[in-house]
Amino acid sequence: MNEENSKLTSSLLYLDNVQVTFDGYRALRGLSLALAPGEMRAIIGPNGAGKTTMMDVITGKTRPDIGDIYFEGRHDLTTMDEAEIATLGIGRKFQKPTVFENHTVNDNILLAAKAPRTVRAMLGAKGSAEINQTIAHILERIRLSAVRERLAGSLSHGQKQWLEIGMLLAQDPKLLLVDEPVAGMTDAETAATASMLKEIAKEHSVVVVEHDMAFVRELDVKVTVLHEGAVLAEGALDQVSADERVVEVYLGR
Amino acid sequence: MSRELDVAGWIFVAVMALAAVLVPFATLGTPDGAALHMPTYLVQLFGKYLCYAILAVALDLVWGYCGILSLGHGAFFALGGYAMGMYLMRQIGTRGVYANPVLPDFMVFLNWHSLPVAWWGFNWFAYAMLMMVLAPGLLALAFGWFAFRSRVTGVYLSIITQAMTFALYKEFFRNDFGFGGNNGLTDFKDILGFSLQSDTVKVGLFSISAVALILSYLISRAIVRSKYGKALIAVRDAESRMRFLGYRVENIKLFAFVVSAIMAAIGGALYVPQVGIINPSEFAPGNSIEAAIWVAVGGRGTLVGAAIGAIAVNFAKTYFTGALPEYWLFALGALFVCVTLFFPFGVMGMISRVRFRRRRGEVATETAT
Repeated sequence: MNEENSKLTSSLLYLDNVQVTFDGYRALRGLSLALAPGEMRAIIGPNGAGKTTMMDVITGKTRPDIGDIYFEGRHDLTTMDEAEIATLGIGRKFQKPTVFENHTVNDNILLAAKAPRTVRAMLGAKGSAEINQTIAHILERIRLSAVRERLAGSLSHGQKQWLEIGMLLAQDPKLLLVDEPVAGMTDAETAATASMLKEIAKEHSVVVVEHDMAFVRELDVKVTVLHEGAVLAEGALDQVSADERVVEVYLGR
Repeated sequence: MSRELDVAGWIFVAVMALAAVLVPFATLGTPDGAALHMPTYLVQLFGKYLCYAILAVALDLVWGYCGILSLGHGAFFALGGYAMGMYLMRQIGTRGVYANPVLPDFMVFLNWHSLPVAWWGFNWFAYAMLMMVLAPGLLALAFGWFAFRSRVTGVYLSIITQAMTFALYKEFFRNDFGFGGNNGLTDFKDILGFSLQSDTVKVGLFSISAVALILSYLISRAIVRSKYGKALIAVRDAESRMRFLGYRVENIKLFAFVVSAIMAAIGGALYVPQVGIINPSEFAPGNSIEAAIWVAVGGRGTLVGAAIGAIAVNFAKTYFTGALPEYWLFALGALFVCVTLFFPFGVMGMISRVRFRRRRGEVATETAT
């Protein structure tokens, strides 16, 4: 029990025995996971392993049936909604790039940037040199400076993925959840995204869900393998890919 | 908001401002039969259109910018109208058929002996004005609070807004609800001591409606151009993204919904003295749907298009119901089908989109070279 407690308080994100059932289908069957502050973690697993459901329970989109989820050892995420959890400092990137298509690249970042989010504050909000500077800085990091005034809807698929990563940077969360960031990207874009995420991981804790093994190898971080809604193996990529059970359920196929 | 739309908006404001000033002159300052003379029946007709335009701008604020297709905005319009009607009823006083100094005629007819609490204070214009804003505002607040918190969206929200206006329609029909039942409120005599029959008052109401329309447009414009307006559009396009960015989506929606309801109510309050009657048919679900058609025709998400759509469609309605009464509903239906198929962004939307596409093409060629 004491060991559990210290694990809870020393972790940035702590999941214990989380279970979720949809209409009789058990999407998560006792998922437990602990992420240290500043850590970058890759989550892999076959389709239906519960990767996206895990993201959903952490960000408040889905409530677990049972199980504990704590952030920074004290915030019980199972009692909060999406906006509260986002305000605590958890950002999320969707599998399908989700940007505000009718806004310019600039305004997408502006809306994501840390600022009061009440109606009253937004009605009176004025642009400032400071925020312009922040946006310019982020656009440089995500390589979109040249398209700052373009509508997000007119960007390429890869650019939209980057823009969404940029929105997360602007949100400046303590923890970033990134769902399949390189799906549908060219090799060059994939490599650029990997270096982008590694850059980000210097200042933020990051959880990346990914199918692309080459990409996971490039990230070079601890890997958690999910299978049927629970953790199957955990460790370095070489170590887990040598695990026979992992090979059987995932890598072997 | 594109540059073209903004220009169109300012032209519209200028035209409305000119109308507010010149129409009184054309009506009162010129003799009958003069070239520029405008008969008062026309002034009243256009005054009515302007009230509809206010309703359309209000609806566009929530539908065009936040994706909330309210098919119950006619209810807010009607509530504003009833608040004004109640004031006008109490101004009749002893000039009513039964000459009761306190009770409106229909209450005497129903054998009531005292004024219902809901009617107290309506002899004061300031109180009536407060109620014009408060009653629909609170209804929108309560309705929106429950609907947006429960995350009712899309067609389901549209359906419950229809249910809301239909419930009010049924309720106001009942005599014992206390608002004139089937007949509603009518036979108004004067407003703030001025006779509603006088040309000056009719023209004055027109000018006030034009000013109210300008203000509705300018307030909505300021809202959609603020950072809040960007958030509103973002909620329309990717609601869950906004939640994961830490925005309280329900509050964002609720503010726009309440502002819009109050705006619609002001349109209704100005409408009643110009048409001289308010009855439960104003709550009819069809009215709210018609308002959505005005906005769709003019171009949702453009504000100015919504106002123009309301004026144009109602002008056509007046013409058709006079010239070819049996064809009006077919014409309205055909209009809606055509707009949906060929001009999904409405008249104003088409203009700004064609220009926009051209500009985007320019950007593309620039980057290509």
